[in-house]
Amino acid sequence: MSQQTTQPVKYDADERGYFGQTWGGRFMPEALVAALDELTDAWQDAMADPAFVSEFERVLRDYAGTPSRLYHAERLSRTVGARVLLKREDLNHTGAHKIRNVMGQALLTKRMGKTRVIAETGAGQHGVASATAAAYFDLDCTVYMGAVDTRRQALNVARMQLLGAKVVPVESGSATLKDAINEAMRDWVASVDRTAYLFGTAAGPHPFPSMVRDFCRGIGDEARQQCLDQYGVLPDAVAACVGGGSNAIGLFTAFLEDEGVEIHGFEPGGDGVETGRHAATIHAGEAGVLHGARTYVLQDEDGQTVESHSISAGLDYPGVGPQHSWLAALGRATYTPVTDAQAMEAMALLSRTEGIIPAIETAHAVYGALDVARRLGAEKGPDATVIINLSGRGDKDMGTAIEWFGLGDADGEAEPVVATAPGEEA
Amino acid sequence: MGSTPTSTTQAFDKARAESRSALVGYLPAGFPSVEGSITALRAMVEAGCDVIEIGLPYSDPVMDGPTIQAAAQQALERGVRTADVLRVVEAVAETGVPTLVMTYWNPIERYGVERWASDLAKAGGAGMITPDITPDHGSAWIDAADAHDLDKVFLVAPSSTDDRIAMTAAESRGFVYAAAVMGVTGARDASSDLAGPLVGRVRASGDIPVAVGIGVSNGDQAADVAAYADGVIVGSAFVRCLLDHADDEAAGLEALRALTTDLAEGVRRGAR
Ligand SMILES: Cc1ncc(COP(=O)(O)O)c(C=O)c1O
Repeated sequence: MSQQTTQPVKYDADERGYFGQTWGGRFMPEALVAALDELTDAWQDAMADPAFVSEFERVLRDYAGTPSRLYHAERLSRTVGARVLLKREDLNHTGAHKIRNVMGQALLTKRMGKTRVIAETGAGQHGVASATAAAYFDLDCTVYMGAVDTRRQALNVARMQLLGAKVVPVESGSATLKDAINEAMRDWVASVDRTAYLFGTAAGPHPFPSMVRDFCRGIGDEARQQCLDQYGVLPDAVAACVGGGSNAIGLFTAFLEDEGVEIHGFEPGGDGVETGRHAATIHAGEAGVLHGARTYVLQDEDGQTVESHSISAGLDYPGVGPQHSWLAALGRATYTPVTDAQAMEAMALLSRTEGIIPAIETAHAVYGALDVARRLGAEKGPDATVIINLSGRGDKDMGTAIEWFGLGDADGEAEPVVATAPGEEA
Repeated sequence: MGSTPTSTTQAFDKARAESRSALVGYLPAGFPSVEGSITALRAMVEAGCDVIEIGLPYSDPVMDGPTIQAAAQQALERGVRTADVLRVVEAVAETGVPTLVMTYWNPIERYGVERWASDLAKAGGAGMITPDITPDHGSAWIDAADAHDLDKVFLVAPSSTDDRIAMTAAESRGFVYAAAVMGVTGARDASSDLAGPLVGRVRASGDIPVAVGIGVSNGDQAADVAAYADGVIVGSAFVRCLLDHADDEAAGLEALRALTTDLAEGVRRGAR
């Protein structure tokens, strides 16, 4: 509890896990309350212990490769007329920001004396990161993954297995990420005395939204300092994609009090919000309770969760972290949908202009942020600065890219992918 | 609160006066159909259930095992709506048996908690069991339930601290639901070292009845639980009867009646 007073209370949760007294909280079975209380105490105790904090920093540095670079994308900057900086989380070990969260939670698991971890995963990124952390810390690991996703992401299933994790396909409900979370919770209820649940994003019941944020906030803390050191200014805007919201809140936290810095989250717009086939939870959802927190939820008139759709499995979730709901309600951050087609366009653009193939999740942020950069460039000139969280690399998405762009045929007749910056004609 | 008699506590009092436990039966509304669930629940009442729990099917039932999940999913696929649940409540409550709704929170928040409490009371519902709401995060429900004179059944678990058990017992009305195994709903061997002590800890904090959910699926298991609990809660085993006879309604109802009779005898055999 002691650190609560040193954190920015205005945007932070109270000690019961409510943001703005409304969002978040802990809507959970009594059977898990003791475990969540134990976790809350252990996390707060750990964050106040310099030995834990420095061990966390050491592991991230030596093993995961942080701090990640803040890279000036010059060609991209010229295209949009503003300075575009990429926070290179794609260069972390396992290829995404997610390693920060799992190394934090696994280190905490060790500290709590538990021997087994469970995790849910959609595309497999958090599952791979969890399996990696489990290998590093010598913990048993079981990963729940929707059966639809295990078929779509066989390569990641194999990676988890090679790392020593057990992958359990989940057939219930829609057999995707939300059902994998349900199944992991069911495991946890029955195994809580020796098992820690490594939650994959800044959502779920208290303390997960705050704890996951704390483990990911290095992204923004580093980027803010790097921007000041490298350019002598704060950015005019920061941008990230939002699935559950961990990479976004990890970037945003450092800038919340810098009221002059615009904060932009980009949600998966799927086929377009108007089609109903999307996962733009904040933009198009309504307040409700899902997986233990009050937040925006894609739901029908009766409060049944509606299936989400996105080309990017990592964003394909009908809920969102409660702190984002609060930031949206406050107007401190803006959340805008980006469609599948727009994201794929940005994937191609970044690949061809910078030689960086982003994850499709990340490509949503790239597309949206370039629009922001164009506007800021027009308003403030070419020194206008936008930081984009490059949350992950695109290797895992090559199957989707092959299908989308018709790649992979080397007979020399395939047309090169034409990359168009947003707002420009092909 | 625990001392105010309600239709639910009266059912427990009556069982206690007969030196036995109460039989609490669960079935989701809309399974196998809205009418089918009414027929089935009435059959359970006729064959000896003392208290009825009607499940409100939900897309993300984190506390339920495969059997109840399957039933709820079927009900949703067949289009059951929240308003249908109230219709089932009304039809079952007409029999005079205390009828509670067991539901995850989001459908209630969506319906509007105040409107829900009012409509539930109008339908003759006795109250609500809330598996994903604890009293410390349930003030909206508590206020609405109190305003409409409804029972609030909260859960305790073997992992609950004594402080939390005391808090939960104090905030509950009707009975306290002891989820006596660490795990999801589902028929199992129904023995647990954890159940007896858990009931004892609830008793130590008030005089509210304690009903135990532990995966009971036959009369002998019911008798074992009845030896230490005020109520024996059965859910998955009832659902199983209907799932096993999905193509033959009459056979499903027959199985349901036979199971209820066996369980009703069981709660009377438990030495108390
Ligand atoms: C590279 C990458 N970015 C973003 C996300 C979305 O998660 P979050 O919103 O928690 O950052 C994922 C999830 O798998 C991911 O793999």
